[in-house]
Formats: sequence, structure tokens, C-alpha cells
Amino acid sequence: MAYTLTRRGLLASAAAVPLALAAPRVSAQARMRLVIIGGGFGGASAARFARDAFPDVEVTLIERARTFTTCPYGNLVLGGMRKIEDITFTYDGLARRGVRVVHDEAVAVDASAKTVRLRNGGPVSYDRLIMSPGIDLRWGAIDGYTEDAAERMPHGWAPYVQPITVLERQLRAMPDGGVFVMAIPDNPFRCPPGPYERISMVAHYFKQAKPRAKILALDAKNGFSKQPLFQEAWEELYPGMIEWRGASNDGRVVRVNPTAMTVHTEFGDTVKADVANVIPPQMAGRIARDAGLANQTGWCPVKPQTFESALVPGIHVIGDASIAAPMPKSGFVASTHAKQAVAAAVALHRGETPANPVYFNTCYSHVGTDYGISIVGVYRAEGDRFIEVPNSGGISPRNATMSRERKEEQRRLEAHYADGWYEALTRQMFGLG
Amino acid sequence: MLSTLLRGCCIAAAGGVMVLLSAGAPAHANDEVRIGLITGGCVGCHGGEGGGGHGIPNIAKTMTRAEFVATMKAFRENKNNPTVMNRIARGYTDEEFALMAIRWAKPE
Repeated sequence: MAYTLTRRGLLASAAAVPLALAAPRVSAQARMRLVIIGGGFGGASAARFARDAFPDVEVTLIERARTFTTCPYGNLVLGGMRKIEDITFTYDGLARRGVRVVHDEAVAVDASAKTVRLRNGGPVSYDRLIMSPGIDLRWGAIDGYTEDAAERMPHGWAPYVQPITVLERQLRAMPDGGVFVMAIPDNPFRCPPGPYERISMVAHYFKQAKPRAKILALDAKNGFSKQPLFQEAWEELYPGMIEWRGASNDGRVVRVNPTAMTVHTEFGDTVKADVANVIPPQMAGRIARDAGLANQTGWCPVKPQTFESALVPGIHVIGDASIAAPMPKSGFVASTHAKQAVAAAVALHRGETPANPVYFNTCYSHVGTDYGISIVGVYRAEGDRFIEVPNSGGISPRNATMSRERKEEQRRLEAHYADGWYEALTRQMFGLG
Repeated sequence: MLSTLLRGCCIAAAGGVMVLLSAGAPAHANDEVRIGLITGGCVGCHGGEGGGGHGIPNIAKTMTRAEFVATMKAFRENKNNPTVMNRIARGYTDEEFALMAIRWAKPE
């Protein structure tokens, strides 16, 4: 009887131990120290995955801000479909799950000593470092577009530099009949469909509040993500309101004058704006550039199997800062970079071979009420490059390929799926579910 | 590895104590990590528990493993009136569908 009880007790307690703890470990004494810089889609997803998948790894997340406002769904704030607080999160959920969250700024990395220097606190030592630094804006790349100019002509492209509400307020104050001008950068940049969702959401707002207003989008390239879907939708939902001008049609903005509220194109056109949204060219966040992780492009080359830097060993660079084309710079794909990088970092630390990666992206865009479209991509590593799996992925079917009823159903479903996508992704990365 | 993974119920040794894992759990922590990576795409919309929402279907324990794999294969062929799943399914292998099924299908 005593034996049975003991045995049952053992079984019960052993069964309560998480699976990964029950598995054999290479090193029982020294817990691996995984340090993550940056608490955006890449970094927060990395912290959550590391905490769940590797209970015996110490996970530290370094993030200067106490709250995080997402870039995704920022355009819905402009459209009046969301409020800023709906898209703002804290790190409490991750902390509750056992992530050590350090609210401080990482100012330098010593890759040989394997330490991160903080602005306020003492240095943090790591066995492997994951860096998800996001983007910095290239001030001055468009002549006259400085940090000061951005107050008159908001970018609304990096919430940690400027909240989307700055642009929102200007749009609300704009008179009916005014002109909203956008300057859109060349590739590569954060969130390829983002500017066009923004056009759509501003048009959605104008249609209700300022029906005589116009939108002029000046683009430094000749084509864009989900272009046929956006343009079909604009014609259908906002006829006559939107003009999009590509690079070969003198769409590239080279200079701005925030005092006169004018933007100037490559071949000499001057456009007067009532509200101007200038999205400048971008580069990897400063900490990554300072740590020697970026090449001459300003972005960070990585090994496709592991996201380990091609320039500095022991540091994995994920998300928008990495060079990972043909993957887009998107929040969702950053969350899959994150998981692969974490698993690879742990495997490499333990002397194991990292699993072959599969990276995945879905980007939904809201174009109007109950009108959503998407682009999907599945990617793998092939030698020293990333590839998109042939015959997979792609954009939502175009109008002409479906009956009217089927199309309306498809667009309505995708608008709802977009909301589910946003909720699922943010709940996971912030440890809420 | 796959044949091990696909066996319904696994026994793992941990510190000399035999642990009966929940039905459907993979044999080794590394397999669980691999499943976590392969299903990284699923959870982005269906959620960490697979419950879905906002019209996104619940995929948690609603199908047998065979049904799950058959569903994914059908999406590849544009069957079942797909919106995005056809585009997604064409990016994954049969082996990966089987690994996804371990996470999402009913325990076997």
C-alpha cells in the first residue's frame, strides 16, 4: 500500500513538471542566458516563445518603453475604427510568465565580452543575444525632412518616435475640400502595404467627414504591395478621391518645405498640402548599427537558417532591421523570425543543429468597412538566401475572378480575419493568452 | 523521427521516473520545439490555443489527425471554399501537416 502511494505520488509530481524540463538536458548547472533587445513584434514574440518552449533558459527582455503601440492597426486609428488605447500594450503579461523585463535603453553591445550596456542599469551578460531593434528614420534623406519638420509633416511610421495621433489630429482639423498629400518611400521599408492601407483608411474617414477632400499619394516606386486589390477597391469605394502617382510619373518626393507646407518632386513639381504625411527612407535601429551588425545599406545581413548576424557571431538580428527579402518587413513575419532565432540560439548554445526553418507571413489590410484584403507568404532557407516557396502564398483573389456575391463575402471575411489576426498575434506576443 | 511523433501515446524517461505524457504529446522536447516552429504560422491567426475568433475557425481538437491532414491537403487544391488557407497550405509539406496535426488534432 505504502509502495503504491509513493509510486502514485511520484507519478503525479513528475507529470506536473513541464515536458521540456522532463527531457534530458546537456547542462544542468548553468542556465543559458538569452537576452533580447527590443520589445516589438520580433522581440516580444521571441521572449514569449523562449519562455514557453525553453523553461530552463533565462529570458531577459530589454525595452526602454513601458508601453508599446503597434504599427499595425495604427491606420485604423486614422480611419476612426480604433482608438490609440486599443492598440497599446504593456509588458506585464510577459513579466507574469517569467520573462525578466528590464525597462532600460540598450546603448552598446560588447560582442566579445557578451554584454549589453544599459543607459541606467548595470551591464547584462548573455550567452546568446537576439536583437529586434526595429527601424530608425533617415532624417535628411528627403531634403528638409528633419525631426522638427516631422511635427508639421508627420510620418506616423514609428510609434516610439511619434504617435499616430499627431497625424490623426491634423486630419481631423483639415477643412473639407483640403488635400492630403503622402510621400511614400522606395523599397525596402517597414510594412510594404501600410501606406496603401493608410490611403484607404484616410479615404474612409474623408468619405464620411470631408467628402470633398482629396488624397494625392506621391510614390518613389512604380508598383506596390496588393496594388490591383487596392486600386480596384479605391475605384469602388472612393471614386474620384484618390490619385496615386508612381516614380515614372514624377512621384518621387525629394524635398519638403514644412513652413510653406509644400512637397517637391524629382522633376520639379511643387505640391501644396493641407496635411502632409511624409514617410521617409529607413534603416536598422541605432543599437544594431552601432554594434556593427548593419552593412552599407543600413540593414543587417543574417544567416537564413538562424537569423544569426552574418557580421557578428552570437547575435541574432530579427524583424524589420534584418535583410530577409523576399520576406516583407512585417510584424507577423518578425514573430516567425523570432521563434526560429530563439530555437536556433538555444540549439547552437547546446552544440545541436538548428531545425530547418519555415517562415510565414500574412498581412491583412483594411480598405473600408467590412472590406479586407491580404497577402500571404511561406518562406524557407536555401543556402545563403531566403526563398519564397514556389506556387504558394499570394494576394486575395481579384474582383474579376469571382462573382459579386463571392467577392463581397471574401472581402467581408478577410476584414474579420484581420481583426482575429491582430488579436491573436498581440495576445501572444504580450503574454495575454 | 516522424514515425515516433505519430505514435499516439508516448512514454519518456525522466530521472528514472516513467512519465505518461498526455496522449498525442511528442516524444522529445526537441520535437515539441519543432512543432512550435512549424505551427508558428497557425497561431498568428488561430491563436496560441487554436481557438480562433472573429470568424477564424477553432482548430483545437476539432478534427482527428487524419482529418486535419486531409483538410490541409484539400486547401492546397482550392477545395472547401478557401479565403487564405489555400494560399497558405501550398507552402507546406505533407510531413509538416502531420506535425501540425499533433498540436491541433484530437488526442489519439
